Amino acid sequence: MIEIKHLSKSFETSDKTVHALRDINLTINDGDIYGVIGMSGACKSTLVRCINMLERPTEGQVIIDGEDMGALTDKQLRERRRNITMIFQSFNLLMQRNCLKNVCFPLELAGMKKADAEKRAMELLEIVGLPEKAKAYPAQLSGGQQQRVAIARALATDPKVLLCDEATSALDPKTTHAILSLIREIHDKLGITVIIITHQMSVVEEICNRVAILDDGQVVEEGTVDAVFSTPKSDAAKRLVSPDGLDGLPAAKPGEHRIRVVFQGSGATEKPLISALALEQGISASILYASTRSIGEKAFGTMLLGIEGDDDTRTRALAYFDKFEDISAEEVRGDE
Amino acid sequence: MSEFLASPTIQETLKILKNEFLFATWETVYVTVIATLFAILLGLPLGVLLVAGEKNSVMPIPKTVLRILNIIINLLRSVPFLILMIVVFPLTRLIVGTAVGTVASIVPLTIAAFPFVARLVESSLREVNPNVIEAAQSMGASPMQIIIKVMIPESIPSLISNFTIAITTILGYTAMSGIIGGGGLGKIAINYGYYRYKYLVMILAVILLILLVQIFQTIGTKLATRLDKRLKNR
Repeated sequence: MIEIKHLSKSFETSDKTVHALRDINLTINDGDIYGVIGMSGACKSTLVRCINMLERPTEGQVIIDGEDMGALTDKQLRERRRNITMIFQSFNLLMQRNCLKNVCFPLELAGMKKADAEKRAMELLEIVGLPEKAKAYPAQLSGGQQQRVAIARALATDPKVLLCDEATSALDPKTTHAILSLIREIHDKLGITVIIITHQMSVVEEICNRVAILDDGQVVEEGTVDAVFSTPKSDAAKRLVSPDGLDGLPAAKPGEHRIRVVFQGSGATEKPLISALALEQGISASILYASTRSIGEKAFGTMLLGIEGDDDTRTRALAYFDKFEDISAEEVRGDE
Repeated sequence: MSEFLASPTIQETLKILKNEFLFATWETVYVTVIATLFAILLGLPLGVLLVAGEKNSVMPIPKTVLRILNIIINLLRSVPFLILMIVVFPLTRLIVGTAVGTVASIVPLTIAAFPFVARLVESSLREVNPNVIEAAQSMGASPMQIIIKVMIPESIPSLISNFTIAITTILGYTAMSGIIGGGGLGKIAINYGYYRYKYLVMILAVILLILLVQIFQTIGTKLATRLDKRLKNR
């Protein structure tokens, strides 16, 4: 279990102090695939570097399995880092070593014998699906392949925690999907805890079970992915869930009510909701915005409807949606 | 043609060429290589210290120490080689036993070259991607492991290119060491050409020096390219 308690980090620049992280409190359970999402500049990378003390927090603690990381000596810390490995946006492989030697690298650092290290490295390259690239150099590989080698390298020392710092941000969607599948597969097989730092909603949806939303150095929302994404409470979360916002929509006409409908689970997607609303209640609705995604195995969607009519019509529409267990609806007003 | 070859100047030049050039070339190569090796031996750790010893790097050393090192390097680099040779006479005598001769010239050559090498090493190591160093840190590498297993190996192609620059520069210096009795092609050029007006001998010695530079440079460039694993299409 990883507990982050009252963690703050500030940087001194020549003329002022920049508060990168402010009073972060998070608990990450063993076996979680935990997402930390935020826009660029939200200091996500600083947060993940505080977990393995690549960045020393200004205040607060990081406690991993009951051990305060900040209180360790340099030597102890180096040993612990073998249990909390990391993959990066730019892969960061050693360019002058071939893939096999790259995977051997952490084992060499730990003092393993060369023959044993190479045997283990070969097994790992097989796990990530690149045994034939053992003798190839990183420059000869594609981005996705380099990240696979980096994953093999990160797994070499049998870590308990894998930190992924924007690990798929430099990859195209298809490769991103393949890398995420690999991470999930490894998670399921080895039972390691995975912490994923990203700015991509799709990454969190695809793989994470819990998520924290970081905005301007603070955690503004935290919880299961289902809960946070279906009913985002904070502005930052709403921005992430519907990235285009509702800015592009025309202003509401007089007498038009706007209702946000959020649905989770297959019950909602199997029913012809809009036509049923028209047939059963006699309310016609126009769809102003809609999106669906599948999170884990669940379908999840959000829809913005425009309904013309009086307050009674609106109330009936809301009541209609409320009948369904996995649908929630609320009226959207003003500039929201 | 045979008349030309029979002229006394040519006859004499050919004689000198036969009797002295082979040994002189050997002396030049030998002194250059040995001095370069010593310069790297001193300059490499110093260059590493200049980069790794910085405040936010892997093995920070006190700022004052770093500043003093920089001053010493700049100081040694600004003294002209001709002056430096004479200034280090006492040190040369202490190490070699004598201040003149071919072996003795290795000492001033090394002293002149190692600060230069340190600067070259510094620039090579600065090219190493800091993200890769961070990755090594995240895997629990110690400062020494980062230097030996990451910084130096990752900058090998650049180091080889820079060492090639060093060896050709030192080759140029050896020619000057002829003045203090250092052997080699430089001595021949100075003794025959400058003191005894045998310009043909001097020109031949210079041509040989140019050839040596070409050979060192070609080998260095080839080696650097071959060892660079970042170059895909080989």
